[in-house]
Amino acid sequence: MRKLPGRSWIPVLWSVRNKHLVVESMKQIHVNDIIETVERLCIQACTTLGDDWWQAMEKAVELEESPLGKSLLGILRENAELAASTGEPICQDTGLAVVFLEIGQEVSITGGNLYDAINEGVRCGYVNGYLRKSVVSDPLIRENTGDNTPAIIHTEIVPGSDLKITVAPKGAGSENSSGLKMLKPADGQEGVIKFVLEVVEAAGPNACPPIVVGVGIGGNLEKSALLAKKALLRPLGERHPKPHIAKLEEELLRRVNSTGIGPQGLGGRITALDVHVEVYPTHIASLPVAVNIQCHASRHAEAVL
Amino acid sequence: MKRIRTPLDDETIRTLKAGDQVVLSGVILTGRDAAHKRLVEAYKAGQELPVDLRGQIIYYVGPCPAKPGKVIGSAGPTTSSRMDPYTPLLVRELGLKGMIGKGYRSQEVIDVIKEQGAIYFLAVGGAGALLAQRIKQAEVVAYPDLGAEAIYRLEVEDFPLIVGIDSEGRNAYDEQAKYRLARA
Repeated sequence: MRKLPGRSWIPVLWSVRNKHLVVESMKQIHVNDIIETVERLCIQACTTLGDDWWQAMEKAVELEESPLGKSLLGILRENAELAASTGEPICQDTGLAVVFLEIGQEVSITGGNLYDAINEGVRCGYVNGYLRKSVVSDPLIRENTGDNTPAIIHTEIVPGSDLKITVAPKGAGSENSSGLKMLKPADGQEGVIKFVLEVVEAAGPNACPPIVVGVGIGGNLEKSALLAKKALLRPLGERHPKPHIAKLEEELLRRVNSTGIGPQGLGGRITALDVHVEVYPTHIASLPVAVNIQCHASRHAEAVL
Repeated sequence: MKRIRTPLDDETIRTLKAGDQVVLSGVILTGRDAAHKRLVEAYKAGQELPVDLRGQIIYYVGPCPAKPGKVIGSAGPTTSSRMDPYTPLLVRELGLKGMIGKGYRSQEVIDVIKEQGAIYFLAVGGAGALLAQRIKQAEVVAYPDLGAEAIYRLEVEDFPLIVGIDSEGRNAYDEQAKYRLARA
């Protein structure tokens, strides 16, 4: 692949504002840089877990009362160490590649189409990284695309001149255990808690506990689902800035860990490493709740261009 | 920890109890959704099967591709319940003796395990890198067109497992009740 200059600042507009002459400029980011970054992030996310995960697991081993549960948590840590040192994927289900883009409004993408670049990066990552290709082209015909594309891409335009790329591969065991419900406003917080517990109970061992639970409350149907997914990106152990939501997270974590499901569903104290809740304004008549379950391999990797 | 070796005889199977941690060595087969579907369709159509399942163990896995010089890529278990519709026929008619996967099984599967003196093992879900290291040989024996879903013959050494459902139908997941707190 021919390497083109990655990024540069070029003045694009001179304007007079408040009688002062200012230079407004766009940061240029070349698609080749995006392709390389996405490739690297796919491999990194599938083979290494963050410091927050290691800390959460250490605490989990301490708190787990079941001897089998403790032993299973030990196996998961050993597995993660092995993956990091050998570059072998943590789990064979290297998932659908979910890619979050935060595009600064002063960024200009050069050299090609942004989404094509993301998919090319995913293709390179999954092929060159010996990751499993788990995507079928049509949900009913079900033919494998052979390169794990297309990715699921979520784009947000933000102020500034950075492009932040987050790759979060998501396996089907935990994704299939997720759920969404349009509650009635009268159901309130207790209704939310009840639904989260229902989803966690139904997931049981299939979601490979200890899980991380992402909860999206509010917005509408699709907004709540996206909030739940984004909640999974927050570092483990970090609480929501709003005190009542932080309190709800603590309450949910306590109740999820009272189900007895435990590591791998074989009984124990640690069913979840954490519960993260994200909220958004909603309609006067709505209370959407989405629960996105994440397996113990809480995989995501970020880079800023 | 109990060490067991394939082929599993009835006596060995009877000594294994739900919740036991064991290490398995020997030869196992792999198969997941697509391979199960083909095996059952072939059997029903009266065709000869590409593998003899009599006395065998099937591991529900779709591994990552092997890196150069490696036997296999990451290779942890997939969710077993997707195989539930096919399992009774495989155990009752084709003589399958054991299964390795993760998660709950249907009552029909538990019943056929008990009836035929079979066994269901759990591998640690999401421990694919560790499990791959215990696989010493891998070769495709049927349905190569299915890629990761083809039927492989694996030679495993000290493969760590937990007895999920034993030959008397006891279920390791029942242990959850012990840790359940009143106000969950």
